[in-house]
Amino acid sequence: MADLSINFAGIKSPNPFWVASAPPSNSAYQAHRAFEAGWGGVVWKTIGDPIVNVSSRYSALNLAGERMVGFNNIELISDRAPETNFREIREVKERWPNHAVIASLMVDTRERWHEFVKRSADCGADGIELNFGCPHGMCERGMGSAVGQNPDVAETIVGWVMEAAEIPVIVKLTPNITNVVYAARAAKRAGADAISLINTINSITNVNLDTLTPEPFVAGLSTHGGYCGPAVKPIALNMVQSCAADPEVNLPISGIGGITTWRDAAEFIALGSLSVQVCTAIMHYGFRIVEDMAEGLSDYLDSKGYKSVAEFSGASVQRLSDWKYLDLHYKRVARIDYEKCIGCNLCYIACEDGAHQCIDLVDSAPYGLGPGRVPGKPVPKVREEDCVGCNLCSLVCPVDNCITMTTIETGREKFSWDDYQTRLAAGQMQPIPAHP
Amino acid sequence: MPIQPLLDAGTAAANMAEIKPPYTPQEALIEANRCLFCFDAPCIMACPTGIDIPSFIKKIANGNLTGSARTILTSNVLGASCARVCPTEVLCEGACVVLDLEGDPVKIGRLQRHATDHVYENGIEVLHAPAEKNGRSVAVLGAGPAGLGCAAELAQLGYGVTVFDKKPEGGGLNTYGIAYYKMRPEISIEEVRMIGRLGVEFRYDTAVGRDISVADLERDFDALFLGLGLGGANRLGIPGEDLPEVVDALDFIEWIRTRPLQDVPVGRRVAVLGCGNTAIDAVTQSKRLGADTSTIIYRRGEEDMPAYHFEYDLAKADGAGFLFHTIPLEVLGENGHVKALRLAKTEVRDGKVSVVPGSEWIEPFDLILKAVGQEKQTELFTSLFPGLKLDRKGRVEHDPATMQTSLPKLFVGGDCANGGREVVNAVAEGRKAARGIHAMLGGGSVSGPVQPSRHGASDGAVGSGFNNPIRVPELLAAMSK
Repeated sequence: MADLSINFAGIKSPNPFWVASAPPSNSAYQAHRAFEAGWGGVVWKTIGDPIVNVSSRYSALNLAGERMVGFNNIELISDRAPETNFREIREVKERWPNHAVIASLMVDTRERWHEFVKRSADCGADGIELNFGCPHGMCERGMGSAVGQNPDVAETIVGWVMEAAEIPVIVKLTPNITNVVYAARAAKRAGADAISLINTINSITNVNLDTLTPEPFVAGLSTHGGYCGPAVKPIALNMVQSCAADPEVNLPISGIGGITTWRDAAEFIALGSLSVQVCTAIMHYGFRIVEDMAEGLSDYLDSKGYKSVAEFSGASVQRLSDWKYLDLHYKRVARIDYEKCIGCNLCYIACEDGAHQCIDLVDSAPYGLGPGRVPGKPVPKVREEDCVGCNLCSLVCPVDNCITMTTIETGREKFSWDDYQTRLAAGQMQPIPAHP
Repeated sequence: MPIQPLLDAGTAAANMAEIKPPYTPQEALIEANRCLFCFDAPCIMACPTGIDIPSFIKKIANGNLTGSARTILTSNVLGASCARVCPTEVLCEGACVVLDLEGDPVKIGRLQRHATDHVYENGIEVLHAPAEKNGRSVAVLGAGPAGLGCAAELAQLGYGVTVFDKKPEGGGLNTYGIAYYKMRPEISIEEVRMIGRLGVEFRYDTAVGRDISVADLERDFDALFLGLGLGGANRLGIPGEDLPEVVDALDFIEWIRTRPLQDVPVGRRVAVLGCGNTAIDAVTQSKRLGADTSTIIYRRGEEDMPAYHFEYDLAKADGAGFLFHTIPLEVLGENGHVKALRLAKTEVRDGKVSVVPGSEWIEPFDLILKAVGQEKQTELFTSLFPGLKLDRKGRVEHDPATMQTSLPKLFVGGDCANGGREVVNAVAEGRKAARGIHAMLGGGSVSGPVQPSRHGASDGAVGSGFNNPIRVPELLAAMSK
C-alpha cells in the first residue's frame, strides 16, 4: 500500500486531502465531521475582523442536466469572532493531534497580521494560509485579491507575516491575474514556505431572464462572485503546473480547483501539487466523498508502483513544454471502428463544419447494413492523407473507443518550430509552404 | 343475458388511466439530454412524416418548447396524437442510435407529447394559414388522420378546404378507435379544432353519396381528397354471428370513447377473435373494464400474430388469455343472447390453416368481439366514383409520389390507399396528397420538409422518412440476412 501521508512544508497530514478554506471549514463541528470522514487536513474558513454577509450567496452553472458543474459565491470570510475561531481550532487540534489544521487569515495592517499570525500559532494550528485571493467584497476593502493581484503588495505583506511566523506559511494565490507565476515568485521572495492555488475566478454564472438580474439575487441586485467547481479544473491545472515548472518558485504546492474525484486529485498531484484542497464537491455531496478519493488514489499509486504521494508528485510537470519544442513531424490520424460505430455521424458534421473537412460520407454498401442500421445511410470515412489529427471527431464521438487517434510512423526525425527557425536562420532549408 | 357495465366510475377511470403519463419538466429535460443530436439521424428516416426529431428534442433540452412543438407540427399536424399512438418501437425509437449505445432508446414519443402538450395547454398557435387565400378550394372526404393531414397542408398553402365526415366529430379513428389508455378522445378533438383555426371548414353528420353528391362536390371544388378509410369488421361467416353480443371490436372501442367509462357494457367472459393490434386493444380494455376473463382466440400460433410484441406484452400483463391454434365454428345462444363459442383446434401446414378433426369443444362466453380485420369499401368507392381503379386487394390505386388516383382530380390517402396502416402513415399520405393537389392545380412543387438538423447532408436536406420511411422489422430482417 502506497503511503498517502505527506509532509507539506513541515505540515504533517495523514493524507493529501484537505478541506479548503470555505463554508465546509467554518467550525469545529464541521472539522470533526471532516476528520471522522477521513480528510487529512482542514484549512479553516478565513479568520479576520468579523464581517456581515448578505442573504442569497451562491449560484451555479448547470450543463445538460448536470448540476453545479460550476459554482459561484459572494460569501465573505468567517462571520464568527476571531476568538471563537481560534478557540475551536485549539479544540480540534486537541482531539485530532495527527491531522493538519491550517488557519486561513485575512487582515489589513502589519500589526494585525502579526497579531493573527501569533494567535494562530498559540492555538495550535499546524500552519497558516494567507488569503490573497478572495475576489469579492474583501478586495473592495483592499484585502483578498486586491493583494494577490499586485505582486509587490503581496511580497510586502508576506514579509510582515514572516516576521512573526513560527509555523509554516502558505500563500493562497488568485487566478484573476495575467500570469500567476509572478505572484508565486513574490511569495517566494518574501520567504513563504508554500503556495496554494487557485482561489476563485471572477464570475457571473447566469442572468435570470425573467428578472434580468443575475444570481445570486440580493434585493434586486447581484455582484461579481468567485467561480469554482469542476468547470475551473483546467484553468487551475494550468496555473498549478506553471508554478511547479518555474525554477524561481520552487515551493510546495497545495492544488485547488474543481477537484471532485481521486482522478482529479491525481492529476493535480501529477502536475506538481503535494496536497489538494476540496470545497465545491463537499458542498455538493458532503465530507463522505473522501473515502473514494483516498481509496482511488491509493490503488492508483499501487498500480503504477509509486511508494508515496511525494514520489508521484510532479510526475507530469516535465511532460509539458513550450509549443515551440513540440515535434512538427509527429502525425496521428483518426480511425473509426465500424463494429462500434452507431451511425450518429456527429464525427462527420463536426469535421465538416467545425474543423478540417477530412471525413467523407460514403456509400454504406461495403459495410453491409452499416452503422445506424439504415439501408443506404452513408457511412463516415476518414481521409487519412488529409486528416490533421486534431482529435475533434474522437472528442465528439459518443461511443467509447470507437474513434481512435492512431500514431502514424512517418520515419522522420523530430523537428520543432525552434529547430525550424534555427535551420532557416542558418540557411539550411527553405520555408515550408503554407497550407493550401 | 344482455351485457352490463361492471365498474364504478372511479375504478373504471383508474383502470383506464394513461399507460404513458406526461413527463414532468425535469423528466423531459433529462430524457431530452440523452439525445445525441445525430447528424442525418435514423429516427427521421423512420418517421413517415419526417419530423426533424433531433431538432425538436434539442429545443426541449434548450428550454424552447414552443419552437419544439413548431418543429413537430410543421411536419406532422397530428403530432400530439402520434406522440401517444405511434408504435414508436418499430419507428423512430426503434431506429434510435442510443438504443444501440445503451440498450434503451430516447423516448421520442413521450418527448413529442411534452412539447405538443405545451402549445395545446397554453393556447399557443404555431401553425398559420396565409391571410389571403389563393382562390381555389378542395373537398376532403373523411375527417380522419389522412383527411386532416391533407386539409391542414392545403390550408397552409392558401386553399379553401371543406372536410366532410359522417360522424358528429372529426379525428376518425383517432377520436373513435384508439385504446383509451393510450389517448383520450379530447386530444384528437383538440387537434381538429386547431386545424379548424387554420380556416378549414368541417361538415359533420354528412355522408358523401347520402347527404351530398359527388357531382355537387366536383362542381363546387377544384379537387377532391378521398380519405374514408376502411369499412366494418369482416364477417365471420359462422352460425350465430348476428346475436347482439357479437360486436365489432372497433364498435366496442367506440363505446368506450363516446360514453362515460362506467356506462360501457362489457361481458364477464369476453372472447376476442383475431390477434392484431385492434384485438389487443379490445382484450386489454374489456379486462380493464371489469371482465372476469378476456381471451384472444387466434387460428394461428403466437409466432404468426400480427400484433406488435409490445402490445402482446401489454395484454399478457393485463391478464388476457390466449387460445392459439383455435378457430370459432359457431356462436351458441340462449334466449337470444350469446352463451358460448363452439371452438376447434387448428393446425398450420405450409401456411394453411385446417381444423383438427374431433378437436371441438364448447367454451362459455357472453361477449364476442370481432377483430378479424376491416372490410374494404370497394362497393362504396366504385359507386361514388365510377371508373376509379382499385387494386386486387381493394385498395385505391394511386401514384405513391402524389397520391393521385386514376381520376385526375381525385387524390387519396390513409387506410383506403394503403390497406390499413398507422395514423402516422395516414397523416403523411394526406399531406403528400395535398402537395400533389397543389402541383396538379399549378401551384408547383413544395420542397421539404427542410430539416435544420440535416443541413449539409450529402443527399440534400430534403425528404427523409417522408419519402421512404424505414421500419425496424424490415431493418431487423435485413440484418439477419
